[in-house]
Amino acid sequence: MKHFVRRHLAWFTTPGLVIVFGIVWHLYIVIFDVSGFILPKPLDVVVSYFELLGDSRLWEATGVTVFETLVGFFFAAVIGIGGGAILGKVAWLEETARPFVIATQVVPKVALISLFVLWFGFGSFPKVLIATILAFFPILTNTLLGVKSVDLGHKDVMTSLNAGRWETFKTLEFPSALPAIIAGLEVGIVLAYIGAIVGEFLAGQAGLGFLTIDYQNAFDVSGLFGVIVQLTLVGFIMYLAIVGLRRILIPWHESVIVEKLRQPVG
Amino acid sequence: MTTMSGAHPPSVPTSAKVRTPGASTGNEIELVGVEKRFEITEGSVHAVARTDLAVGQREFIVLLGPSGCGKTTILRMMSGLLQPSAGMVKVGGRDLWRGAQRDQVALQNLGIVFQEANLFPWLSIEKNIALPLKLRRVDKAQRLAKAHELCKLVGITGFEKRWPRELSGGMRQRAAIARALSYDPQILLMDEPFGALDAMTRDQMNLEIQRIWMSSGCTIVFVTHSIPEAVFLADRIILLSPRPGRIHSITEISFEQPRDMAIQTSPEFQDIVRSLRRELEAMG
Repeated sequence: MKHFVRRHLAWFTTPGLVIVFGIVWHLYIVIFDVSGFILPKPLDVVVSYFELLGDSRLWEATGVTVFETLVGFFFAAVIGIGGGAILGKVAWLEETARPFVIATQVVPKVALISLFVLWFGFGSFPKVLIATILAFFPILTNTLLGVKSVDLGHKDVMTSLNAGRWETFKTLEFPSALPAIIAGLEVGIVLAYIGAIVGEFLAGQAGLGFLTIDYQNAFDVSGLFGVIVQLTLVGFIMYLAIVGLRRILIPWHESVIVEKLRQPVG
Repeated sequence: MTTMSGAHPPSVPTSAKVRTPGASTGNEIELVGVEKRFEITEGSVHAVARTDLAVGQREFIVLLGPSGCGKTTILRMMSGLLQPSAGMVKVGGRDLWRGAQRDQVALQNLGIVFQEANLFPWLSIEKNIALPLKLRRVDKAQRLAKAHELCKLVGITGFEKRWPRELSGGMRQRAAIARALSYDPQILLMDEPFGALDAMTRDQMNLEIQRIWMSSGCTIVFVTHSIPEAVFLADRIILLSPRPGRIHSITEISFEQPRDMAIQTSPEFQDIVRSLRRELEAMG
């Protein structure tokens, strides 16, 4: 029993802490007599969330946001992994490209949204673009770092076997960089999600970001909270899906093996 | 590409091999006026002075010396990982280097074992061992069969599907030896292969490498800084002195092979160890 609890600790602590948070929240409203118009009671939020779940608008919005996030993330992964690998292998290209890559990050993305709307209108495409721009950077830098920090002893093995550049990349550099790449993807999926939502926020016609604005305009605070709950849960699920890649793609890695070892045998 | 396997399988027992001096026909490795300087920001470091050395077929050569004597540098030059600043490295009579390119046939004849096992953590043991064959485009069934055969030879049967990190240091080093033997090289170059192991495992590995050497009929060049290890294994010990690295003396060890651990307590053995130690100490 003790082992069971230790193994699935988060399944016990997470609901527990959420309940504690709800109680504190509730007490705050009761003690300080906060208007439900400003801050609804937690149970009202739960009720309105369940009502929302029956609303097709929520699912349409969720679909739009998830689509934009995943498409943006996909392009970010392609650009990040591909670009990172190439820059990691070609030193002069890395030096040439570095200022421009950094420039894409220091420019406030919010300012870009106005530009994208001007160029591409109010549809999904500018949101996908923002998601991509936001998400590719950590993936690229992590891939770059991963490809460049290959163990020298491992390199000696490939050199002594007279392996070519592509073979060395395929057999050594890429697998060796995978843990770093996955860490980049984990950050990337969250940023892609934020990008898509902020895009909808500022220039949306659909999606969860747009829905929050809609509720805000209607002064429906409970509904607004309901959407926030949905946003949180959807984000969680997408993040966990990427984290799950670890077990599939790098079952040999310390981060996975340590988890396994923590599970006592029998 | 697979023509080498079968022609010279490591599992053929040739333990009855008779070692008569001068019987070896050709030289497996030859260093001719080999020299190495490393360019650094404040000039250059003379790592290895002009060195001539010929290693005969099936010989077990040990390069022995204090740190900084260039023994690893010499081994890396023999392996083609490092190009000499001057002179020639010949493997099986062929020049190892042609300009900045290495000779394919010469490389085929060289297997290398490093101080670290250097197994790829994302590949199972069998796939690590079969890696050189994969790079040589040997088909999967054939290369895994070879890997299993080698697991038996180096004594890690039952661990084929495991990940390297699940094995002990000694086991990992055995796998590294199996990987080096996978394409049946005539020459095995070993750079302090057991330096990171505890004394007991090390003794055991020395017995193993002697057995593998005798049964595979390959030539071994072995780097160590342990005198007893050198005396136990070697046909000839090349003692190197530092700054710059050069051959100080060559000692023939004539104990009959295979040797067992008990030999280490014999007076003759200890005499050789003592005299080598005196030579080393005299270097300062």
